[in-house]
Amino acid sequence: MASKVIQALYNDDDVLMHAVKKVRAEHHHIEEVYTPFPVHGLDKAMGLADTRIAITSFMYGCLGLIVAIVMMNYIMIEDWPQDIGGKPSFSYLENMPAFVPIMFEMTVFFAAHLMVITFYLRSRMWPFKKAENPDKRTTDDHFLMEIGVHDNEKELTDLLWETGAVEINVTEKES
Amino acid sequence: MYTFSNRLKIGSFIAMGLGLIFLAIGFVSAPSTVEEAKAIVASAHGDGHGGGHAEAVEEHGGSQGHGEAAAHSTEAAHDEGHDAAHDEHLLHQLQNRPWAALYVAAFFFFMIALGVLAFYAIQRAAQAGWSPLLFRVMEGITAYLVPGGIIVFVILVLSVLHMNHMFVWMDAEVVAHDELLQGKAGYLNPTFFLIRAAIFLGGWIFYREYSRKLSLAQDESDDNSNFVKNFRWSAAFLVFYLVTESMMSWDWIMSLDPHWFSTLFGWYVFASMFVSGITVIAMVSIYLKSRGYLEVVNDSHIHDLAKFMFGISIFWTYLWFAQFMLIWYADIPEEVTYYVARFQDYKLPFFGMLVMNFVFPLLVLMNSDYKRVNWFVIMAGIVVLLGHYLDVYIMVMPATVGDQWHIGLPEIGGILFFGGLFVFWVFNTLTKAPLLPKRNPFIEESRHFHY
Repeated sequence: MASKVIQALYNDDDVLMHAVKKVRAEHHHIEEVYTPFPVHGLDKAMGLADTRIAITSFMYGCLGLIVAIVMMNYIMIEDWPQDIGGKPSFSYLENMPAFVPIMFEMTVFFAAHLMVITFYLRSRMWPFKKAENPDKRTTDDHFLMEIGVHDNEKELTDLLWETGAVEINVTEKES
Repeated sequence: MYTFSNRLKIGSFIAMGLGLIFLAIGFVSAPSTVEEAKAIVASAHGDGHGGGHAEAVEEHGGSQGHGEAAAHSTEAAHDEGHDAAHDEHLLHQLQNRPWAALYVAAFFFFMIALGVLAFYAIQRAAQAGWSPLLFRVMEGITAYLVPGGIIVFVILVLSVLHMNHMFVWMDAEVVAHDELLQGKAGYLNPTFFLIRAAIFLGGWIFYREYSRKLSLAQDESDDNSNFVKNFRWSAAFLVFYLVTESMMSWDWIMSLDPHWFSTLFGWYVFASMFVSGITVIAMVSIYLKSRGYLEVVNDSHIHDLAKFMFGISIFWTYLWFAQFMLIWYADIPEEVTYYVARFQDYKLPFFGMLVMNFVFPLLVLMNSDYKRVNWFVIMAGIVVLLGHYLDVYIMVMPATVGDQWHIGLPEIGGILFFGGLFVFWVFNTLTKAPLLPKRNPFIEESRHFHY
């Protein structure tokens, strides 16, 4: 990663989208884009890989289903198969309808919560985390594109001005 | 404009012809006397035709009385001696079989058209921006409402005329010996039954025809007044539909088991028709697209339809389970016989249907990419449609033929005949108007719909 980065600020998401496409067409590597809100299609324009979080969620759901089945099979069928109101506790299958609400909820619970935690871990978010914000205005109404500088500051600056940037800063990257 | 491909037309005629022949064979081979009925069961017994059946018949032969499955229709005759009553009951079941096969198939294809009509009205009332491109396809499918509805009505009239024994409460003699049915006679009596059916069908067909007329008029007009009118009629129709659909399901299906009742039955039937309808919209759209008639319909439209198929399949399962689990859990004898009959005699179709209508679409249509693969949607659609045919089958058959069920010539004949008629009518209607609406306020949005 370059130690020096160039930061171009835009004040319109359409301009930003065009800028991203242009910069990519010129084969510069965009390190990061900061936006105040989700810009539809930005990930495609930047060529980011699709998220796989839905797949993890599916697997967590399967895990939750298994946990629910194993838990209730052990408690209700194997450990103490009591006759409770005439419910057939002879085998899991015979009493299964009574367990379905729990199986369903556990599936949803695992799928949802573990997926959210996965999201936090993968995007490095937690309480007391130091905000990584190069410019405060990007949380309100500005869009910022960050590109590494490899002895081509002049060329990059010209290109970015051309794409409609409202402000360009070259800074040392922290850490 | 769409031109009806000759191969499809001939195919639908062949299906109708074959179906008619199969149905005729079914009607001719139904027994007319008790002796014949016994012989049929005995011969099925002899060649070990389906182990489950044979066992069930043996069980019945004992004089302890009937399985719960059959209890309702012969309660009247109980005192006169079980054996004679049982034999006559068996005769009625066997005689019912071709009728029930006809009724299941007639209702199944009719309910597809009705489900599409509900979907269409929802799209109009919700002012959906993605679907106007598909309105003509939906209108084509709902055209089947007219012949399909009339056929179902005719079958109901024939039942009232005692041409069959499908609805036991229509038999005055049964009612005379049955206090429960006497209690319900204020609602379940043949005259009121037919009047209700006429009102339901009249309302649905009226909305379908009027909305289609407004939709075509909108193409030629130079303002949006037809569109607005259609919006209002659609919203009004949905209110009418929800009430009448629920009553229709009590009348036409739940009253086959007149001793049984379930409050969410209307919703359950609705979910079944809704998901079948959406599936058929997707399949017809994909077919027309593959023939090059719907080029503006893109994968995102198919994706949306597949999402609906997925979601409503799960909604159907939710209702199926809600109905089943409450009855299973409480285990009240007067309610639970409904499921006892299905568990005892219909195990494979009963659970097979759950796999086809829930597990299969759940796994196949969960992935977002698969919903855009057209042949995947077609494959899932075929399984879902077969599953919902079985669903109707399971709703009708236990009450009409009991343990004497089979998926044989009459059933397949029913599917072929009504399937052929459905295809012929739908695609014939599609040739009557341009496949793309011209002047719908949302048409541009729909054209550029992208997910």
